[in-house]
Amino acid sequence: MKKLYFVIAALIVASLVLTACGGGGAASSDAIKVGQVTDLGGIDDKSFNATAYAGAEKAVADFGVEAKYLESTQQSDYNKNIQQFIDEDTDLIVTVGFLLGVDTAVAAKANPETYFAIVDYSYPDCFGTDFVEGQTCGSATELPNVLGLTFATDQAGFLAGYAAAASTQTGKVATFGGINIPPVTIFMIGFEAGVKYYNEQNDANVEVLGWSTAASDGSFTGNFDSLDDGRSFAESFVQEGADIIMPVAGPVGLGSAAYCQETGSCKIIGVDTDWTVSSPEYTDVILTSVMKNMNIAVYDTIKSVVDGNFAGGVYLGTLANGGVGISAVAGASAELNAEIEAAAAALSDGSLTVNGVLGQ
Amino acid sequence: MSETATPSQTKTGNRSSLAQELLVPVLAVVTGLIIGAIVIVASGANVFDAYGALFTGSFGSPIRLIEGLQVYFSTGETKELLRAIYPFTESLVTATPYIFAGLSVALGFRAGLFNIGAEGQFFIGALCSAFVGYSVKGLPMIIHLPLAILAGALGGALWGMIPGYLKAKFGAHEVVNTIMMNWIAFRLSDWLLNGPMKASGFRPVTPNVLPTAELPRFFDDPLRFNLGFFLALLVAYLVYWFLFKTTTGFEIRSVGANPDAAKYAGMSIVKNLVLVMALAGGLAGMAGSAQVLGVDHWVGQGFSAGYGFDAIALALLGKSHPFGVVLSALLFGFLRSGATNMQSRAGIPIDIISIIQGLVIVFIAAPAIIRWFYRIRSIKTEETVLTRGWGK
Repeated sequence: MKKLYFVIAALIVASLVLTACGGGGAASSDAIKVGQVTDLGGIDDKSFNATAYAGAEKAVADFGVEAKYLESTQQSDYNKNIQQFIDEDTDLIVTVGFLLGVDTAVAAKANPETYFAIVDYSYPDCFGTDFVEGQTCGSATELPNVLGLTFATDQAGFLAGYAAAASTQTGKVATFGGINIPPVTIFMIGFEAGVKYYNEQNDANVEVLGWSTAASDGSFTGNFDSLDDGRSFAESFVQEGADIIMPVAGPVGLGSAAYCQETGSCKIIGVDTDWTVSSPEYTDVILTSVMKNMNIAVYDTIKSVVDGNFAGGVYLGTLANGGVGISAVAGASAELNAEIEAAAAALSDGSLTVNGVLGQ
Repeated sequence: MSETATPSQTKTGNRSSLAQELLVPVLAVVTGLIIGAIVIVASGANVFDAYGALFTGSFGSPIRLIEGLQVYFSTGETKELLRAIYPFTESLVTATPYIFAGLSVALGFRAGLFNIGAEGQFFIGALCSAFVGYSVKGLPMIIHLPLAILAGALGGALWGMIPGYLKAKFGAHEVVNTIMMNWIAFRLSDWLLNGPMKASGFRPVTPNVLPTAELPRFFDDPLRFNLGFFLALLVAYLVYWFLFKTTTGFEIRSVGANPDAAKYAGMSIVKNLVLVMALAGGLAGMAGSAQVLGVDHWVGQGFSAGYGFDAIALALLGKSHPFGVVLSALLFGFLRSGATNMQSRAGIPIDIISIIQGLVIVFIAAPAIIRWFYRIRSIKTEETVLTRGWGK
């Protein structure tokens, strides 16, 4: 029992010490503080949380800001993590994903001195709460301290669609999504438009499976986590004759990539980041990737805080400002690359638009 | 905890047996923290920073509390004071669903059933409460709020009753069936959030519940401390009363301790198994209710981070006694809640808390380790029968 008393005594002493040294709060420092609150994907999701944080890390290297992140493991963490950063007098809080929309708006309203940037979301939007009175749903004027980071991924999807149409052997390309929501379908709309544009330019007849902008519907796995679904969707698209697939469902697409690699019957178009970098094991089956450069958006936002010219409202990442783009197309001929560049230039200057091609 | 009277106990032995009962869990927690400290040191961080941040993250900083009180008494300004008590209240908020879910699993253990389905029952309870919370309009709070909680409890009860019935009637093992019911609940909620229960707009989330269905909060934003915590304590007392002071409770414990004896004593195994699973489901459902009506006000994907699974651990830690469950739930609440501060200020991954929890459970499940480590002489107590084998 002596040992037991020793342990208890040590514990009491330790708790006293901890209490004493715990009260100091954050060490005061003049550096700009940046905090990122992830969504449920976590910081190493190889997708938008990781990409956004890469931008913060670059800002740490370039501007000497302090950056850290808090991972959310469930819905009620969003608010808690934002409060934690507010409590630490963080200058800029980056929240990732539309599910943090309400908590970000409420916190921004209550803390007008703190800057916020939210990925994949922009205000005003009442978060589906049209019948709840007194809910904060902001706008650039109502929430001047919030910047919504949005991305014209349809432009990049367009280029990927064009590349896919040019590369297919079977005359059929496919895409599927996680769930039928705009941040997902915008990739698919661009993809379809790119294929259609290729057909017009080259008098071809490449078919798109898995999405129709006219019907506003397509193939969806219903989740963003099942690799098995990625595999079975890829399998059925291959059976229908497609040989290039763009899965817009986060890690679900890795299941499709595994299927393509095992069977050698298809190629994959990655989304969000360059998959040859984030998942190099599948490099041989990746045609290209539609990149949503959240790192650049976050970096630019931090830069604006450092420079003292942060402005709320909406940031739109486009081909023109480098906010979106595609990675090098595997095995592309010089002509194809030139055609893609020409299309990118036309999309940038507005002479070509996704809606125009789709006749919407 | 002296009321956990096992037949071998005499009245005079109660006090020392209470100490004995508490000894292993307390030592398990302490040992878990010590080994956690070793892991923190091994990861290159300062253990005092880490546990200091864990402490202030779960209880708040005493210095700040004093400052807050000074500001309050001199100016009447409450903002600093609220900031000072925020961590403590947030820990209680985190503990609330743990209490409900822990009671659910503990009740199952008492009847010899292993309810792994608390997580699914939690989801169903949350969805049912949310549905009543946003769709039923025009009721006063005094009716709407209880109705929403009741909906959650009934939804969870239904979800728990199904495996209970399958077990009682066909001998299908509840572990398998509750796991299956979890998956059905997860996929059902995916579908509901993308379809029938989706709010206007594109996000796969339910609409906000109406203010009349919200569990009242005691402080202004951002403090989320609400009536749910006290409701949980009340329910814990009711479960205690039910288990130890009613005939049905006695029957349930008898079925758990020795089903054959219970059967020959004229107790209905079928009735009791179904009843226990329904009640356990109802309790887990109420965990979901309390979370949606008190904290989140809407349900989206990733609504729970495994409250139902952690509940198994804390029911074990609480020795399946309602009061033990409350204590363990508070411990888990403080650990989980303080972990945010530890992650942020000391740069310790939040996973370290899972490691500590895991270690605690290992020591609880294998008390011999703790007894050997601290050289405690083993005392002959009746080990609680947790589950029985396959079938009946």
